[in-house]
Amino acid sequence: MRSVIARFVRRKPLGAAGGVLIAVMVCTAVLADVLQTHDPIATNAAYTLGPPNAEHWFGTDHLGRDIYSRIVHGARVSLIVGLASTLLGSVLGGVVGLLSGYIGGKTDLIAQRVLDILQGLPLLVLALVMSAALGPAIHNVVIAISIPIIPRAARVIRSSVLSIREMQYVEAARSLGVRHLRIAFRHILPNTIGPFIVLCTAQLGSAILVEATLSFLGLGVPEPYPSWGRMLSVSAAEYAQKAPHLVLFPGIAISLAVFGSNLLGDALRDVLDPRLRGA
Amino acid sequence: MKTYVAQRLTIAVLTLLGMSIVIFVLLRLAPGDIVDILFSTAGYVSPAEKQAIMKELGMDRPYWVQYLDWLRQIATFDLGKSYRYDLPAWQIIRPLLPVTLELAALSIVFAVLLGVPTGVISAVRQDSTLDYVLRVISLAGLSMPAFWLGMVIILALVTWFRWIPPLTYVSPMENLTLHAVQFLLPALAVGYRSSALIMRITRSSLLEVLREDYIRTAWAKGQSERAVVWRHALKNALLPVVTVIGIEFAFLIGGLVVTETVFNLPGVARFLVQAILWRDYPIVQNLVMVIAIVVILSNLLVDMLYGVLDPRVRYGG
Repeated sequence: MRSVIARFVRRKPLGAAGGVLIAVMVCTAVLADVLQTHDPIATNAAYTLGPPNAEHWFGTDHLGRDIYSRIVHGARVSLIVGLASTLLGSVLGGVVGLLSGYIGGKTDLIAQRVLDILQGLPLLVLALVMSAALGPAIHNVVIAISIPIIPRAARVIRSSVLSIREMQYVEAARSLGVRHLRIAFRHILPNTIGPFIVLCTAQLGSAILVEATLSFLGLGVPEPYPSWGRMLSVSAAEYAQKAPHLVLFPGIAISLAVFGSNLLGDALRDVLDPRLRGA
Repeated sequence: MKTYVAQRLTIAVLTLLGMSIVIFVLLRLAPGDIVDILFSTAGYVSPAEKQAIMKELGMDRPYWVQYLDWLRQIATFDLGKSYRYDLPAWQIIRPLLPVTLELAALSIVFAVLLGVPTGVISAVRQDSTLDYVLRVISLAGLSMPAFWLGMVIILALVTWFRWIPPLTYVSPMENLTLHAVQFLLPALAVGYRSSALIMRITRSSLLEVLREDYIRTAWAKGQSERAVVWRHALKNALLPVVTVIGIEFAFLIGGLVVTETVFNLPGVARFLVQAILWRDYPIVQNLVMVIAIVVILSNLLVDMLYGVLDPRVRYGG
C-alpha cells in the first residue's frame, strides 16, 4: 500500500497535491469543532465587517460573525452535500448503466433515451429548477445536485460494462448456469470500480461547485448552516468594497476544494482508466 | 444522409417531449405557488378572492389540461403570459435576449481564442514545464466559480484602478466603450471556464493525431513544425474540439445565470433566476424549455457539422 502511494506521488505529483487538498478538507470538516476559534453562528454587533486580525484571522462579516470559523464549518457542509450527492447520483446512475449495458437491446435503447432527457439540460439549470421545486432543505439540495449526475454516471459505467460483458470469464459464468442478476452484480460490477472511482472524484468537484452556486443564489443550503456559497451571496454585493475579505476567503475555499478534486480526478483517470484519457 | 437526418430529428422531438414532461412535473412539485407569494406580501386575502385569481390564471384546471394547453402554446411559438407581470412572456423576454446572446457569443469567442492555442502549445510541448503550467491554469478555470471570479475582477478594478463598473445596463447606443467594457469582463469570467474544457480536449485530441503515420511522413519530408502542427495535425484533431464547443455553447447558459446576476446585466438568464424565485410558472417553464431546445438543436447541428468537417464520417444505416 505504501509503495503504491509512493509511486503515485512520484508519477503524478499534481494528482498527489490534489489528494493533499482533499485530505485537508476532510480533516477540516471532521475537526471543525476543534479548529474553530469562535462560534460560527454567534453574532457580534461590536465588530462587524472587521478586517482580519489576530483575534479574527479572516475578519468578520456584516453581523460580526467570525469568517474563519464559518469557513471551517462550511467545509463540513460542502463535503457532506458534495459527497452525498455524488454518491447518490453515481450509485443510481451506475445501477442504471450496469443493467442497461448488461441487458442491452430494447431496455438499453429506452434507458439511453431517458438519460438523454436528463442530460439535455445544463447541469446548473436542472439543479436550479429541482432545488426550487423541492424547497430549501439540505437533503433537497443533495437530491437536486445528484439528479444531473445520474446520466453521466450511467454512461461511464455502461460503456465499461459493454466491454466486460464480452469477456470469457463472463461467458464461463453463464455456461455454468449462474443467474443473470448475479453475473451482473457479482462478476461485472466489481470490475467497473476503476471508472467508478474516477467518475466520483471528478463529480465531487462539480457537485461542490453547484452547491456553492445554488447557495449563492439563495436556493441552496439554508441557515443556520454556514455554506461557502451563501457566505458570498449575503456579503458580496453590498459590502465587497468595504470588506474585500468577505469575498476573497470563501471563494478561495471553494476554488481550492474543487481544484483538489479535479487534480486528483485527472491523475486517477490516467492511472486507473487509461481508456478515458482526455475524455 | 436523408434518413439519418430524419432519424435524428425524430429522436430530438421525442427527447424534447420527454423534457417538457419533466419540466412540467418538476414545477408542479414546488411548495407554494404564485398566488401564495403574491398574497404573502399583500397580507390576508379571502379564500374566495384567491379562488378567483386561480381561475383567472387558469390554475384551477386539471394538470393534464394545463399541460396540453402548454404544449399547444409551444407548438405555436406562443410563450404564454407571465403571472407576475400580467404581460405576455415574450414581451418581457424579447428585450432581454440580445444581452444574453451577446454575452454568450463573446464568451465562446474568448473560450476558443484562449482554449485552442493553449491546447496546441500544451500538446506540442507535452510534459514540459510550459505544458504543466498551462494545464494547471486551465484546471484552475474549471475550479473557480464563475460568479466569484466575476466578483474578484470587479473588486480588483475598484481597488487598484479606482474604477467602478456601471451599476446599470449601458446600451451600445448610449456609450459604446462603456458597453464593451461592461460585457467583456463577464464574458472573460465565463469564457475562462469554457476555455479550460476546450484546451483539454484540444490537447488530448492533438496528441493522438500527432502519433499517426502521416504526421511522421510530414516530418520526414522536412516540413516545418508550423506546417505539420497547424496544417496537417490540427485539421484532423478539430472534430472533438468542435463537439465540445457545440456542447459548451449550450451549457454556457448555466454560467450565465450567475454571471448576469453578479454583473447586474438584464439578460434572460438572470431573469430566469428571478422567475424561479417567484414561481412564475409560465416564464420558468418556457425559458427552461427554450434552453432545452437550444441544447438539442446545437447538439444536432454539431452532429451535422461532422460530415462537413470530416469526410471520413459517413451517415449510413
